[in-house]
Amino acid sequence: MTDFVKPVIDYFELLPLLVVFGVACLGVVVEAFAPRSARYVAQVVLALAGLIGALVAVVLIGQDVEVYADGAARGILAVGGTIAVDGPTLFLWGVILVLAVAGVLLFAERHLDGGVSAFAGQAAALPGSEAEREAGSRGLDHTEVYPLLMFAVFGMLLFPAANDLLTMFVGLEVLSLPLYLLCGLARRRRLLSQEAALKYFLLGAFSSGFFLYGVALVYGYAGSMDFTAINESVRNDTGNSSLLLIGMGLLSVGLLFKIGAVPFQAWTPDVYQGAPTPVTAFMAAGTKVAAFGALLRLFYVAFGADRWSWQPMMWIVAILTMIVGAILAITQNDVKRMLAYSSVAHTGFILTGFLGVQASADLAPGEVSALQAVLFYLATYGFVVLGAFAIVSLVRDSGGEVTSLDRWAGLGKESPVVAAAFAFFLLAMAGIPLTSGFVGKLAVFSVALAAGAWPVVVVGILASIIAAFFYIRVIKAMYFDEPVGDGPSVVYPSVLTATTIALGAAATLMLGIVPGPLLDLAGLAGQFLR
Amino acid sequence: MTHYIVLSAILFTIGCVGVLVRRNAIVVFMCIELMLNASNLALVTFAKQHGNLDGQIAAFFVMVVAAAEVVIGLAIIMTIFRTRRSASVDDASLLKY
Repeated sequence: MTDFVKPVIDYFELLPLLVVFGVACLGVVVEAFAPRSARYVAQVVLALAGLIGALVAVVLIGQDVEVYADGAARGILAVGGTIAVDGPTLFLWGVILVLAVAGVLLFAERHLDGGVSAFAGQAAALPGSEAEREAGSRGLDHTEVYPLLMFAVFGMLLFPAANDLLTMFVGLEVLSLPLYLLCGLARRRRLLSQEAALKYFLLGAFSSGFFLYGVALVYGYAGSMDFTAINESVRNDTGNSSLLLIGMGLLSVGLLFKIGAVPFQAWTPDVYQGAPTPVTAFMAAGTKVAAFGALLRLFYVAFGADRWSWQPMMWIVAILTMIVGAILAITQNDVKRMLAYSSVAHTGFILTGFLGVQASADLAPGEVSALQAVLFYLATYGFVVLGAFAIVSLVRDSGGEVTSLDRWAGLGKESPVVAAAFAFFLLAMAGIPLTSGFVGKLAVFSVALAAGAWPVVVVGILASIIAAFFYIRVIKAMYFDEPVGDGPSVVYPSVLTATTIALGAAATLMLGIVPGPLLDLAGLAGQFLR
Repeated sequence: MTHYIVLSAILFTIGCVGVLVRRNAIVVFMCIELMLNASNLALVTFAKQHGNLDGQIAAFFVMVVAAAEVVIGLAIIMTIFRTRRSASVDDASLLKY
C-alpha cells in the first residue's frame, strides 16, 4: 500500500465545472427560499449567467493551455490525473455550453402554451385529477427544471473530461439521472412522458450496470482505474487479457447505449417522442456530444494500443447503426420519432469517423485526423438537431404539439418561414452541400477511408441516400400536399425560441459555407492528453 | 480469490437475467441494484488482489451513486404506479414502433 498523496486541485482549469456545479446548487437554494413569483426569472437568469460564465472560463483556459511533451497534445491532467483538461476537452466543453445556453432558452419559453412552460404544473398531481386542473388554472410551473438542467450539464462536462474509469462512471450517472427526471415532466400527454421516463430510466440503469461491471473487470486487468496506467498495461500486455476483452465489451455497452448505437438504440425513439420537446432538443444534442467525447477518450487513450481488438466490433456496430437508423426512419409517421431514428443514423456516421486514422504523424499535411472530424461533426450536428426540435415545438393545435406527419401537410402555406427553416435543417441532416451536414459527412467519410474502412464508408453513403429519401418526404409533405382538415397552426414564439432557431440555422449555414475556422479550432485542439 | 470473482459473475448474471424476465418495475430495479452490487464485490476483490485501494474507494462511490439512483428510480416508478395503478413494465406500452 502506498501512502496517500494529497492531490493538487487546479482550480483555474476546473473553473467551468465548478461554476456550473455551483450554480446548480445555488438553483436548489433559490427553489427553496425564493417566493414562487420570483423563481422563474431568478432561475433563468442564474442558469444563463452560470453557463455564459463557464463559457468565458473555457475561452480563458483555452488561451493559455501549455503544450505537452511531444507537441501533439496540450493541456493538463488535473486532480491527480482524474480529469484531463486538454484541447479536445475544451472544444467539447465549449460546444456543450453553447448547446446548454440554447437549451435554457427553450426551457424558458412560455409563449407557446398560453403563458406557461412546457413542463408540468405539478408533476406529483395525477394526470386528469382535480389537483392537476388546479395547478393548471393557477399557472404553476416547475422551475426545478433549471437546476436539473445545470446538474445534467455538469455531468456532460465531466463525462468527456474523465481520465479515470471511476470519474467517468460518476460523470455518466450525474449526466443521466437529471435527464431521467426531466423526461417525465411534460405538461401535455403526461402518460407518454411518464412512460418515456420509466423506459429511459430502467434501460439507462441497466446499461450503467454493464458499464460498472466493465469498470471492475478492466480494473482487475490493469490494477488501476487511471487511463494512462491502463494504457501501460495494454501496451506491455501484463495481466489476464480475457478480463480486458470482456471488460472492454461491457464498457462499450454502457457508452454505445448513451450515444444510441444499434443494438442499444431501442430507447431513443420512445424517449425522444415522450419527453417534453425542449428536453428532447437539449438531450439529443448534449448527450451525444458528451458521450462521444467519453467514447473517444476511453478507446483512444486507454485502449488505443489494443486497437485491433475493438476495431472490428466497432465496424459492425457502425454499419448496423447506419442501416437500422436509416431504414426504420422511413417507416415513421411521427416527426419526433423520425428525428430520433435519424439521430440513430447520425450516430452511425459519427462512429464511422471514430474508425479513422488517429495519429497526426500518419497524416499528410492538410488531411484531417479522426478526432478532428468527429469533433467537427458533433458541433455541427448539435446545432442542427437543436434547431429542428425547437421548430417541432412551434407546430401546435389546441391539444398541444402536433407531431403526426400527416398533420404537417401544407405547413409551407401556413407558415413559409417555419417550413423553410425546418426544410433547411432536414437538408443539413441529409448532408446537402452548403450546409454544415455536408462538410461533417465529408470529413468523417474521408478519415474512415484513409484508415481503410471502405466497407463502412460504402454503407454510410448508401445509408445517406436512404436517409435523404425520408427527409425529402417531409419537405414534400410541407410544401406540396394539401392540408388535412384545419391543418396545424404555427404559434409564433417569443424571442427565446426564435433566438435558438436562428442560432441553429446561422451555425448550420456558416459552417456549411466557411467550415475552415471551426475545423482549424478542432485541429488546434490536438490529440488527447495521455 | 477466484471464488469471489465467480460469485460476483453469478450475481451479475442473476441480476441481468432478472431484468430481462421479470415484469414488475420494482423487481426489475432490484435486479439492476444486484448488478451494481456484483460489480462492488468484484471491485473489492480486485483491490485485494492488486494490493491497492482504488477498488475499495470505487465501491464507496458506487454505493452513493446507487443510492441517488434509487431516489430517482422510485420517484419515477411511484408516479407511474399512481397514474396506472400498476407497476408492470408490460402495461406501459403507449410508445412503440
